[in-house]
Parts: sequence; structure tokens; C-alpha cells
Amino acid sequence: MAGKKLSIIVFSGTIDKLMPVGILASGAAASGYEVNLFFTFWGLNAISKQGMQAPPQIDKNYEQMGPMMIKKMMDMKFPMWHQMVKEAKEVGEVKVYACSTTMEFFGLKKENLADFVDDVVGVATFLDRAEGGTTLFI
Amino acid sequence: MSQEAKITKTLDVKGMYCPGPVMETAKAIKQINVGEVLEVLATDPAAKPDIEAWARRTGHQILDIQQQGGVTRILVKRAK
Repeated sequence: MAGKKLSIIVFSGTIDKLMPVGILASGAAASGYEVNLFFTFWGLNAISKQGMQAPPQIDKNYEQMGPMMIKKMMDMKFPMWHQMVKEAKEVGEVKVYACSTTMEFFGLKKENLADFVDDVVGVATFLDRAEGGTTLFI
Repeated sequence: MSQEAKITKTLDVKGMYCPGPVMETAKAIKQINVGEVLEVLATDPAAKPDIEAWARRTGHQILDIQQQGGVTRILVKRAK
């Protein structure tokens, strides 16, 4: 049973996709999975210090549901996705990686990223870490 | 069985939703010693299957699960 892992390529930067990243990462970490999160493209933008301060965006297809979702989340006292990622790191073995190529696209340096980022890596590192486990593209 | 189990700590996660109950259970189990029992009180309908799955994965032992109205009461023994 031990030694399982869950790796997620976090491509999307909208709240409707980032929420499941936080939920999956924390649930897996609490259950003893090794978790690897690889933030790339819009996902990486979402964990830049600027992106973290910006109001959360929702997928255009579900735009009209945005305000209702945010209200409901607050009523449920549901934590923000990045709080769940931080908590996952406290509870289990979770590594957060930032994609180096995307950082160049957005002109970001490591110090411009959220403090829960462990390392700036490329695809080879991510694939190596993810090998033998379940990998999701979100 | 539940009457005999001596509860060391009670975790109240009523009103929390997935993954809250599992996260809090994972944290709380570390705060008791091996062999001691954690009582979890939850209202999330996923709490029972989720904490059962969590226990299978992490090797802890479920002693008892009871439904008391809208509240699920789960006794978990720290096994390692």
C-alpha cells in the first residue's frame, strides 16, 4: 500500500481548476501519498506573488456561476486552494515545482513566486519524480 | 466495542467538508500515542468512506463507526 504517489501538472489558472488541485493534493498528502505539483503556464501565473493577490478568476464557460460559488465557499468556510496546498505540505510529503520555461515567458524569478514553491525545474525532473505513480493534467 | 475503548482525544470536524475531515484526522492522530484512540465527530457524508480509506492507506485501525443523527462518530486507534 505504501509508496504510492500522485503528481499533477497544474496548467490552468482559474479557481474552478485550482480548487481540485488543492483538494486532491491535501487529501493525498493526508493519506500518505507522495505528491508532486508541477505548476506551468496559467497555473504558474496563479502562484506568482502578483497572481496570488489578484482576484480569483473562473473559467469563461462558468462565469455566471462565479459569484454564487465564491459565496457558497465562504458560507462553507472552505479554505482557498493555496491554503490547502500549504496544509498538504505540513501534513505530508508534497513538493511544489515551478516550470522554468514558463517563468521566462512571464518574466518571473524564483523570488516572484509563492513561498510554498520548492524548486524551479524542467519537464525531465517532473517526469522523474512522477514515474510509477498517477499523473493528472489539470 | 466502542464502550470499552478509552478515548484519548476528540476531534470535532462537524461542518467541515472534504478534504477537511481527513486532513484534521491525519493531524490529530499524530497528537496521540500509538495504541491510543481518537474520536472523530463529522457531518460530511463523505467522512465515513474517506476516513475508512485513509485508515487503510495509513495503517491505522478503525474500531467503531456509528451514525448518530446527522453526525458520524468514528473511533480510530493509532497503530504506528
